[in-house]
Amino acid sequence: MKYLDEFRDPDIARKILGEIRRVTTRPWVIMEICGGQTHSIIKNGIHQLLPDEIELVHGPGCPVCVTPLELIDRAVAIASKPGVIFTSFGDMLRVPGSRKDLFMVKSEGGDVRVVYSPLDAVKLARDNPDRHVVFFAVGFETTAPNNAMAVWQAHREGLDNFSVLVSHVLVPPAMSALLSSPNNRVQGYLAAGHVCTIMGWEEYEPIVEQFRVPVVVTGFEPVDILEGVLMVVTQLEQGISRVENQYSRAVRREGNMPARDLIRRVFEISDRKWRGIGSIPMSGFKLRAEFAAHDAELLFDAGAIQVDEPEICISGLVLQGLKKPYECPAFGKECTPMTPLGATMVSTEGACAAYHSYHRHQLVPDVTS
Amino acid sequence: MSLPELHTNGSTAPRSLAAENFAQCPLPITGHDTVQLGHGSGGKMTGDLISKLFLWAFENPVLARLDDSAVVSLGDSRLAISTDSFVVDPIFFPGGDIGELAVYGTVNDVAMSGALPVYISLAFILEEGLPLADLKRIVESIRRAAARANVTVVTGDTKVLNHGKGDKIFINTTGIGILEHDYDLSSRNLRPGDQLILSGGLAEHGMAILSRREGLEFETPIRSDTAPLIDLAQITLDVGGDDVRAMRDATRGGLAAVANEFAVASGIGIRLYESEIPVKPPVAGACEFLGFDPLHVANEGKMVVAAAGERAAEILEAIRKHPLGADAAIIGAVTSENAGMVSMQTRIGGWRIVDMMVGEQLPRIC
Ligand code: SF4
Repeated sequence: MKYLDEFRDPDIARKILGEIRRVTTRPWVIMEICGGQTHSIIKNGIHQLLPDEIELVHGPGCPVCVTPLELIDRAVAIASKPGVIFTSFGDMLRVPGSRKDLFMVKSEGGDVRVVYSPLDAVKLARDNPDRHVVFFAVGFETTAPNNAMAVWQAHREGLDNFSVLVSHVLVPPAMSALLSSPNNRVQGYLAAGHVCTIMGWEEYEPIVEQFRVPVVVTGFEPVDILEGVLMVVTQLEQGISRVENQYSRAVRREGNMPARDLIRRVFEISDRKWRGIGSIPMSGFKLRAEFAAHDAELLFDAGAIQVDEPEICISGLVLQGLKKPYECPAFGKECTPMTPLGATMVSTEGACAAYHSYHRHQLVPDVTS
Repeated sequence: MSLPELHTNGSTAPRSLAAENFAQCPLPITGHDTVQLGHGSGGKMTGDLISKLFLWAFENPVLARLDDSAVVSLGDSRLAISTDSFVVDPIFFPGGDIGELAVYGTVNDVAMSGALPVYISLAFILEEGLPLADLKRIVESIRRAAARANVTVVTGDTKVLNHGKGDKIFINTTGIGILEHDYDLSSRNLRPGDQLILSGGLAEHGMAILSRREGLEFETPIRSDTAPLIDLAQITLDVGGDDVRAMRDATRGGLAAVANEFAVASGIGIRLYESEIPVKPPVAGACEFLGFDPLHVANEGKMVVAAAGERAAEILEAIRKHPLGADAAIIGAVTSENAGMVSMQTRIGGWRIVDMMVGEQLPRIC
């Protein structure tokens, strides 16, 4: 797979690292917004290779981590109802609600299934006319076209036994919200390449304008991330701020127009609550009124759900780049991937889980060097 | 309307044999009141079940070694015994089927103790409604696999469950082998300075099963690596003799699980080198697409050998001469630092911990 190798090539990586060292003269704080990038950074040890002046902080870009607890409780309640087939991507199943996760519902006899595409859930609905199939539609802009397609398809076919439980969040409003916070430390962003594959980067231009922070659309491979860091640092050092595109092999300025069009037809922009951060205006999607028949939130009365987050968990601060996972008193003690207290420890894309899996101890320097 | 490709992902997980808390009260086990899928994943949850429940109940010195097969003495003979149950969906997959798997899986565990497998038992749990043609095909495949592995099926059992109470077919096999030498191979024997050899590319079995199960088509279809490792094990011992510390087939849980078992059992550290670990390009691509780490994905025809550092190159050369070991490589070293832990130098020169999975590896969201 030559395509991939090129973006993992140690020689290219070393060259870019040298370049980063050359241009860096001062400390800078850069946030990678996307959990996929956080995972890649920690897994490849990129943060260890950067000059000390550059601090990477990890953003709220893991949709599993930011899905509110009450919505997970709602999912658990719906999945427990007889006659329901509850479907989701795998990592949602392990996220603890306030009492149970979806895996437990499954072990108690609930029909909970992992699917690889929302269209598989539509197919399940088609094949099981006497059951109601719910798909837990979680994600950023990346998954929105496929989720929209599933709803669109079900609607067209008149499948009234298919619905989605929507928890869609949008990246740019979160970036603005973080920059507006009085505690903000972020001086530049690596924007998530795959989100931009759909949405393009027009949306970042007003952010750059208003907050004067460089934004570089960045891919996920080590070389991508290093290149993105270099581009941000170069802008910072030169005192300029604009949107640049490191991920040009996949991203165009306007994104993917047919996908955006489909999203617009099915979803409308709404306020959303982000776990650990709170409500951010106009930061998510909800189904348009004409698709109300496929809106699980309207179809199922899950009762009033009131929840309390574990007090000790500081994942809200972690998600905002204000604390590192290992600064949490519970990290690696009460809270591990086996016994996660917060969603950032559950999802493999979550910053706490990434640190725990790959860097929970300080190892001695490389034995081979 | 053309839509972008789906970003999906999923996988299998490893086996923890961390044998802490031997004599503890069996509960709580990971805080669950009921058995969860993760308890069978071979990951940390399985390890917890083994150490806190099974070992607690059956503690004895042979079991406590937690090697893939038990080595016992009977009269003047030393025997290796291993048992395994096979539940796999789909039962036929590119590169093999559940029957072949049930033979090789067990004989490989026996072979890893350095024994020559001789006999196996065969127990079927069948679901009402399974086409007899499928069963015949599986039995035929067992016959061929047993002949190739040079083992004889000497006893068996058949049970049938009501429709809906099982999943087509489950097979349990137990293998018995003879140790013709007195080398002591165990995951407890590794010492600083040893090196690790991997016999070939990772993740082929797991990705073949997954792509078939989920109807994912890749440009180059991925075939399971299901194969008997008896010859490779014998070659390793013939060349390495006493300098071979341990051999393990990297099945469920993958290389990550084996390395972690070694590290914990021997109380040493292991350092892997990412750039040396063979993964075939289509497999690497499929793992990438699904977001799986090849280190955690199951193999059914790959073994890991821990050997004294100064003998590793020689053993590697011998393994590479065998067709099943053509892509073998030295992939890591044993260190005295970071006891009980596996770390890896990443391709670009950073480092990280290589952990075991907690439960099942799951498809991520984006
Ligand atoms: S370590 Fe656990 S408790 Fe602490 S912030 Fe992360 S998820 Fe929350």
